[in-house]
Amino acid sequence: MHVNRRKFLKIAGASTIVGILGGWSAVEVLVPGELDSEHRQSPEALTAKRWAMVVDMKRMDAATARDCIEACHRVHNVPDIDDPRSEVKWIWLEPFDRAFPLQNHEHTADPLTEQPFLVFCNHCDNPPCVRVCPTKATWKRDDGIVMMDQHRCIGCRYCMAACPYGSRSYNWKDPRPFIKSRNTEYPTRSGGVVEKCNFCAERLAQGLMPACVEASKGALVFGDLADPASKVREILRSRYTIRRKLSLGTEPSVFYMV
Amino acid sequence: MADEGKKVVDALRATGFFKPKKLYDGGKVLIGVVAFCVLVGFPFLYNRGKAAKVPEPELDTPAIQAMPEAQRMCIESKEYMRDNHMKILDDWRDGVVREAKRRYVASSKRSYTISLQNTCLECHSNYDNFCDRCHTYTGTKPYCWDCHLNKPKEWAAGKAEGEG
Repeated sequence: MHVNRRKFLKIAGASTIVGILGGWSAVEVLVPGELDSEHRQSPEALTAKRWAMVVDMKRMDAATARDCIEACHRVHNVPDIDDPRSEVKWIWLEPFDRAFPLQNHEHTADPLTEQPFLVFCNHCDNPPCVRVCPTKATWKRDDGIVMMDQHRCIGCRYCMAACPYGSRSYNWKDPRPFIKSRNTEYPTRSGGVVEKCNFCAERLAQGLMPACVEASKGALVFGDLADPASKVREILRSRYTIRRKLSLGTEPSVFYMV
Repeated sequence: MADEGKKVVDALRATGFFKPKKLYDGGKVLIGVVAFCVLVGFPFLYNRGKAAKVPEPELDTPAIQAMPEAQRMCIESKEYMRDNHMKILDDWRDGVVREAKRRYVASSKRSYTISLQNTCLECHSNYDNFCDRCHTYTGTKPYCWDCHLNKPKEWAAGKAEGEG
């Protein structure tokens, strides 16, 4: 086909008009509508520069620990699956030698070996799970909470491989049939996503302390690590505390008073 | 004028475009064309006049009825919600999960707690006749309900186990 100058200009002009119309309608479809609305933080929300937890092992007896676990799992609709291969847990008990393998030796003091330790996500300052997540479904918030976005999780379980504390659980199946005490205010998870403790971010936003702290009768202390006047800092100043697997460099924000 | 017209027609003829050509295997080709038209047109002809009715989402829930008539409105205008509820929900999700902002101040300056499960469903407690009606009609399968409870009360009572 012979294209002369005139014909070429006609085609070019027509394509430009079609292109502009197409681009304009794409903008119309994709740009959110103009709405004079905004998102705000609730005035009652508890905020901090760096949230941290202290576990007082003198007060944390087995019964209290069970109350803490029960409270957490009830509030967050955590399923109760017996099979250890597919169980889901946010907070649970470990013996000293498994919680603190690097501090353990064959003559560890009796008080440590006799009592199970309450363990949960350490909300590390240098979280390895965040480094490996390919979708940014898990990240560290400005206040130090290592948060999860279940919407974004693709269930690859890299984070579970990266976490040296086993704090993360994978939903091998739809968890809903296994949820015993049901909280209608919190969502459940679907099969195929990873979940873990979130330091009760949803409760902090409502001005409430984490569920386990409320149930602990003072055995768990939650506060701002960046505030020298906070209860957490007061304890860390005056008492001997240990953290889990320190040599790995993850900088946990959960301290154990032993 | 007639001459002009004849000239144009002659010019067109001269291009050879309108010269009758022989259609090889014309019979078979025509049968094929007819069969194609019948096959493609059949679904349209068969379903003519049987289009599904555009559903009307039901607003008859206790929470909505309890509102005074003058204040009976969603967080934004009905038209905006109909077109953009999915965008608002998307925005809400990012606001809550990523930025920890859980209050929504609407364009009417009223403020709401951001929650699909607790705020939206408090009024729209009739999932089947509200959400599902249009979603079924449009063939939309939102996976919100894999995690967020679409019928919290039934679920708590153990009646909606594993649903969603």
